[in-house]
Amino acid sequence: MAKTALQFQHNGRDVAIFVDGGTNLLVALRELIGDMTPKFGCGQGGCGTCSVLIDGELHLSCLTLAETVAGRSVETLDGIKDGPNLHPLQRAFADNFAAQCGYCTPGMLMAAKALLDRNPQPSRAEVIEAISGNICRCTGYEPIINAVLAAASGGRARA
Amino acid sequence: MTRHRGRGIASVNYPIGMNLGGDPSQALVHSNPSGKFTVALSSIDLGQGMKSVTRQICAETLGVPVEDVYVDTADSDTGPHCMGSFASRGTHRVGNAVMAAAREARGVMMEAAAEELEVNAADLETDGRGNIHVKGAPHRSISTKDVAIAAQFKQGKTISGRGIFLVPLSDVDPETGEMSPATCYAHACLVAEVEVDDETGEVDMVRMDSAYELGRALNPRLVEQQLVGGAWMGVSHALYETPEPYYPEPVHGPRDFVEYLMPGPGDICPHDIAVLERPAPDGPFGAKGPGEMCANPVLPAVANAIFNAVGVRIDDLPITPEKVLRAIQAQGGARPQPRR
Repeated sequence: MAKTALQFQHNGRDVAIFVDGGTNLLVALRELIGDMTPKFGCGQGGCGTCSVLIDGELHLSCLTLAETVAGRSVETLDGIKDGPNLHPLQRAFADNFAAQCGYCTPGMLMAAKALLDRNPQPSRAEVIEAISGNICRCTGYEPIINAVLAAASGGRARA
Repeated sequence: MTRHRGRGIASVNYPIGMNLGGDPSQALVHSNPSGKFTVALSSIDLGQGMKSVTRQICAETLGVPVEDVYVDTADSDTGPHCMGSFASRGTHRVGNAVMAAAREARGVMMEAAAEELEVNAADLETDGRGNIHVKGAPHRSISTKDVAIAAQFKQGKTISGRGIFLVPLSDVDPETGEMSPATCYAHACLVAEVEVDDETGEVDMVRMDSAYELGRALNPRLVEQQLVGGAWMGVSHALYETPEPYYPEPVHGPRDFVEYLMPGPGDICPHDIAVLERPAPDGPFGAKGPGEMCANPVLPAVANAIFNAVGVRIDDLPITPEKVLRAIQAQGGARPQPRR
């Protein structure tokens, strides 16, 4: 099958790759661009660890055809820190012990970022709703919810 | 339709480690010319905190800042042998091995420092901030970095140590069947409160209250993390997860995360935890480890809570709505038990 030329923005940088028809965005990101931050968990939208933002909106990259992001902006975990400085969410995850094995963490962070970008002061229920598509094996979710709430309060109300 | 509340309790007496032909782990510790230390292990950190806790144990034993210790692990080509990360053995077995290795390395470090300061090694002490000084005379001091450099380039000494911790095989007494599979035991007690819907058989967690006795908590935040997450894994085992099909044909069994049920963030309940520290005589700094015990008491406590709520005794995991509903129907309706 002929390959298709595909251009899009990856974490603010223009990239161009050739993809086979039917290639999903997760494979394109990991294997063609070399961004290993979105993880392969289930490959069918059940676990959330492949989550990325497309034009600021949360998507499961394993269920997204790569060709559909032509000309659009794709943001992954690799792009959320500012140089050597961690994103406030990453900092809060570390401070709140919100990761153990870490496999769900990229998806959790992207789901949380999508939430805080549109709702900087979410309630606990809104945080739970926002990460409800992401499965965590280790933490029991509580530290993750606390981390997102801590990042949302920007450290002001960290308790 | 009625939703019935029930409360159940369970206690656990949990052996740390296991007894399959003896249970050893090894560790090697050496200093680098920078005065920093490397711990070589092959023990695996799955996220439970093995690297953090062995780093603390090594730093504490050497008497150096925790920042000066690096743990290199998870490669059985470069690290000495470990039985593995299971049976809640990591902190206890690997921690003891690291402690032994660090003690030996500390001995060499103090000898090297003694040579530089021209005193007896027995008169020296570490300050925990990267310096070694003469007891009662802190101005007669040398940094661990300068000791490492002197040992490496002047004295020709390796500041290093080897450690192994072995719990030997405990044979079964052929007469009595007795054996001692573990050298120390951790303990837990957990109360689970559930709500059972007698029309659908669904079980909701309302809250959990627990107490865990796990020796000394070497890293209280890691312990808390393990207990919060582990209890939730216990709930998941009790009510959700199974590789077995719910129906007779294996082909209907779950194959992936879409069908293999795990609780989501919306299914969690409040959980109050009390950590009791009763140091183990043979643990590293008294530690036993929370390990797998964090999940264990949850399962029987939930099963007991369901019995308390609707009077059905399910002894087959996971306790799915279907099993609960069939059992309620078989006894002609919910029979809430007295609450004590």
